[in-house]
Amino acid sequence: MLNRRTTEMMVFTFFRGCAVLVVLALIVLVGYILTGGLERLSIEFLTEMPRRANTQGGILPAIVGTFYLMLIVLAISVPIGVMSAIYLQEYESSSVMGRVFRLAVYNLAGVPSIVYGLLGLGIFVAYLGLGFSLISAGLTLSIMTLPLMITSAREAIAAVPSTVREASYALGATKWQTIWHQVLPYALPGIFTGIILSVSRAAGETAPLMLTGVAMSLQRLPDSFFDSFMALPYHVFYMATQSSDLLATRPIQYATALVLLLLVLGMNLIAIVLRKRYRDKYRW
Amino acid sequence: MTTAIHTDDLHVYFEKNHALKGVTMDIGMNEVTSIIGPSGCGKSTFIRCINRMNDIIPGCSVKGAIMVDGADINDDDVDVVNVRRRIGMVFQKPNPFPKSIYENVAYGPRLHGVTETVDGKVRRRKHTKEELDGIVEHSLRRAALWDEVKDRLDKSGTSLSGGQQQRLCIARTLAVNPEIILFDEPCSALDPIATAKIEDLLVDLKKDYTVVIVTHSMQQAARISDKTAFFYLGDLIEMGDTKQIFERPQKELTEQYITGRMG
Amino acid sequence: MAFKIKREGRRKLRKNKHLPPQEKLIQLALFLATWSSVAALAAVFGELLLGAFPAFTSIDIIDFFTGTVWNPSHPMYPLYGILPLFVGTLMVSFGAALIAIPIGLGCSIWLAELASPRVKAIFKPAIEVLAGIPSVIFGFFALVILSEWIAAVFDPVTKLNALNGAIMLAVMMVPIMVTVAEDAMNAVPRSLREASLALGATKWETIRHVVVPASISGVMAAIVLAFGRAVGETMTVLMATGNATLLHFDMLRSVQTMTAAIAIDFGEVEFGSEHYHVLFLVGLVLFVITFLINFLAVWITKRFKEDY
Repeated sequence: MLNRRTTEMMVFTFFRGCAVLVVLALIVLVGYILTGGLERLSIEFLTEMPRRANTQGGILPAIVGTFYLMLIVLAISVPIGVMSAIYLQEYESSSVMGRVFRLAVYNLAGVPSIVYGLLGLGIFVAYLGLGFSLISAGLTLSIMTLPLMITSAREAIAAVPSTVREASYALGATKWQTIWHQVLPYALPGIFTGIILSVSRAAGETAPLMLTGVAMSLQRLPDSFFDSFMALPYHVFYMATQSSDLLATRPIQYATALVLLLLVLGMNLIAIVLRKRYRDKYRW
Repeated sequence: MTTAIHTDDLHVYFEKNHALKGVTMDIGMNEVTSIIGPSGCGKSTFIRCINRMNDIIPGCSVKGAIMVDGADINDDDVDVVNVRRRIGMVFQKPNPFPKSIYENVAYGPRLHGVTETVDGKVRRRKHTKEELDGIVEHSLRRAALWDEVKDRLDKSGTSLSGGQQQRLCIARTLAVNPEIILFDEPCSALDPIATAKIEDLLVDLKKDYTVVIVTHSMQQAARISDKTAFFYLGDLIEMGDTKQIFERPQKELTEQYITGRMG
Repeated sequence: MAFKIKREGRRKLRKNKHLPPQEKLIQLALFLATWSSVAALAAVFGELLLGAFPAFTSIDIIDFFTGTVWNPSHPMYPLYGILPLFVGTLMVSFGAALIAIPIGLGCSIWLAELASPRVKAIFKPAIEVLAGIPSVIFGFFALVILSEWIAAVFDPVTKLNALNGAIMLAVMMVPIMVTVAEDAMNAVPRSLREASLALGATKWETIRHVVVPASISGVMAAIVLAFGRAVGETMTVLMATGNATLLHFDMLRSVQTMTAAIAIDFGEVEFGSEHYHVLFLVGLVLFVITFLINFLAVWITKRFKEDY
């Protein structure tokens, strides 16, 4: 039998190796996209319309499309999600209904995004007649992000210690006064973190868009919510798998992937910093 | 003696657990009443009934009457918010809000506003800045904390020491101007010096308030209270003048507990 | 000691009628918001059922679940056997799990038990960042770079193959696993570790015999959750595995997963056709599988939960 210390050392080396490997994977991935994408990235690439079947020009419509999608998600899933989280955590924390809802929401967070795409196609595109449009895709993404939004907001609210609520009630505060003055202010950074992460998830999502009408190439920006649109993640997919000359457009593929990566990672970093600050600031 | 709180055959259940089994008791006005007994005897459950804090515990049900100033606080037309305004509570662990000292004390008054009668009409308005400053200073002085914090009212309440935090919680309760204050083992997390300060404060407070304190320390009960009640397994075993309870207990259970043969 | 009833006291406690019924209104608004989100989410399931329903009458359901050929675009005799897609999904996700489980566990243990706070402050955000990268980026990387590396090492039948997808999915699974498993290990009270160390156990023995068994529910839930994500992942496998629909078990050949089939076929399918409804049926199967996997994770967490 190996010496106990030797076994320990070997096992720990393996563990450290695993951790290093994971970070290495991140560095390699980001490194490749970065070096591949910088070559083509320029102001014109970000601000011009695509030309000649996307083989020249920029990706402005895709950037604007993704931006609009994020706006729709913000406008719909944030208020509904946060309100639901407050209700489930503060009003139905122990009822059967609350427990069932929470379980349902938790499970729906794991449903594949492509399945949400089917919902969007069936309900928004076909049944409600919104067609293949920005609004159909935006609504689909909103519903897709709801479980994540509710869960993260609920966790932030649940993290406020119950002693704070008790103290407020004991002073004669009503339920809503307690929530508004004591619970929400301290849950807010956590809720914000959840919002940013949810919206960035929606921004990077591709599969639901493929079923709700993302366009391959447009020479203009969408002029209404019922117009068709381009989106960054789909543009990466389309250019990498279906464009007319896959090898020649590789720099465009890299550069589009880089723009998407920077957008999503930027939001993630903001969320991480926000959460860290908040953890340092409030300790009960 | 005038009665401040009268309970009549008070039962409390947590789901199926029968936590209080018919407590009938009178608590005198402007007195300090101690409630003692071994852990799990229902003493905390009892005082949490008096300002209906048990309402927020799922599965808890209360039967029997709790009369305060002639009204049953569990009546349908009673607003729980008004109950808690008139009957304040200080908890076992100091729990200041993670806000400034000033905001901690001003929170209660801000919620309730000022109700005044102008030309025969009842009106509710916000406090002026001067009024709030006055309430904050008065409450902190009354809780014997003012001199220690007057230069740093904008510092977070959580930055104070444990004993100061607990006095801040007392000041916060006083700011709402209650008639009765309930203390749920207020010194159990504090050192002896901080405990002595709180005890002095409690004795001083009874001039203006009715004080009920749950404590696991018999010495504390003996030092500060006028009346002492002994609970055991959800029953009120004996209640009387503190001197009598500790020197000539009438019930055998009480004697066993006081002489340290139980608990 | 008579108890006198005083009118004054009763008046002071009575409900204040001057206050607007704000509380109730707010509660109502919150209630409605909650119901609308639950309704929206219930619609996912409802719409899948509705969309898949016509398929139950037009094709043979037994053939659907046991058929070994997926060829929905054949003009005369379309075949809707889900097995090639199902097997494709399993190959890719089990392959990914085989790679991700040891690495994810090692990484979780290292972060929870061994890493210094300073190193942890760098590694943890890095892992969160990895979790936040969009799947289309992983897919792109697998398509353009990883597949070349695999081709250089294994000389595979097709350049885009199940192994390519599995490795890329493993990279996506690890951060999900680490987040959940590390939390579970952190929840093990320090006193348990100290008790073991005080008996003369080494750090590794303490981890193996105390920390891991005590956090086993969280660790298992982490694995199950990550596996569920792998099953439902679309873009990565769509771009990495080549999308051939033949039934086989060779990791070095191309496969198509259920998710990829839905994404690709909808590009060409006629609205309301048989193929359209069958794709909803595939979606329904996918939904049920991932829902059950999630449920399993919840059940494991509850069932094996330790109370300290």
